[in-house]
Amino acid sequence: MSIALAKALERLSRVRGVRGSMFVAADDGIVVSQELMEGVNGRALAAFAAALARKAGGAAGATGAGRVRFLQMDAAAGTLLVAAAPRDLLVVVLAERQVNVGLCRLEMLRAAEVGTR
Amino acid sequence: MTATTVVEPWTEAPLVRYVGQASARLVVVMTPAGQVLAQHGFPRAVDLMGVSALGAAIVASSGALAELVGERSFGALFHAGERHGIHLASCRTPRGPLVVLTVFGRETSIGLVEVFFEEFVAALQAAAPAAEARGPVLAGDFEAELGRSLATLFGR
Repeated sequence: MSIALAKALERLSRVRGVRGSMFVAADDGIVVSQELMEGVNGRALAAFAAALARKAGGAAGATGAGRVRFLQMDAAAGTLLVAAAPRDLLVVVLAERQVNVGLCRLEMLRAAEVGTR
Repeated sequence: MTATTVVEPWTEAPLVRYVGQASARLVVVMTPAGQVLAQHGFPRAVDLMGVSALGAAIVASSGALAELVGERSFGALFHAGERHGIHLASCRTPRGPLVVLTVFGRETSIGLVEVFFEEFVAALQAAAPAAEARGPVLAGDFEAELGRSLATLFGR
């Protein structure tokens, strides 16, 4: 399982502009598997991405929008992408602003499928 | 309103910041012997005494377990419950080794607590005074010191 997760992250990290990708336990905000460029704080990224997903999930639930499947947050210095995966996991990507979000999303959904196996 | 009270004033600013950042419900900062230096959220002295004694005992027993398996020490301990989680970790400061026990709810996560705990430790290390030389602890002294600490923490 952990090898499959690592391989999925390796594919994600090959997308141009991706600075780091990880599987995160959604409830705990803890890293399950990660592939990060130097200088990226994986623990903080996992914790804040999970917190963001939880808040967005709460907002979506309160407005009747249903389960959140994908989050995109554009900031001045980069983009944070979060996709829901089975087994209470999240696929999290930190990327440069110019990243191809469509390609990233595709690879993230592929990675999420690995979590089902 | 839940209060933060401290026996040693240098712990207050780092503790208040940590509680706010990590959304912690209860925090106790103590020595490995269970002597409380600061607390947040405990309404009663008896709860604080019980939690600090148990926390210190857990750290001591896990330290002994670490030695048995050839580790210098274990990192933080984390217990997850239905409504609450507990994070228990020790750290080194110029004041001497300290133990911090954090109780948190569903409004935060162990990941966030760990991230902000690192900052808390750095703030404690920066604020801590150097350790004073201490003589052997006598039973009478310990009881008097415990009484003074509880009086400071709970205003009695």
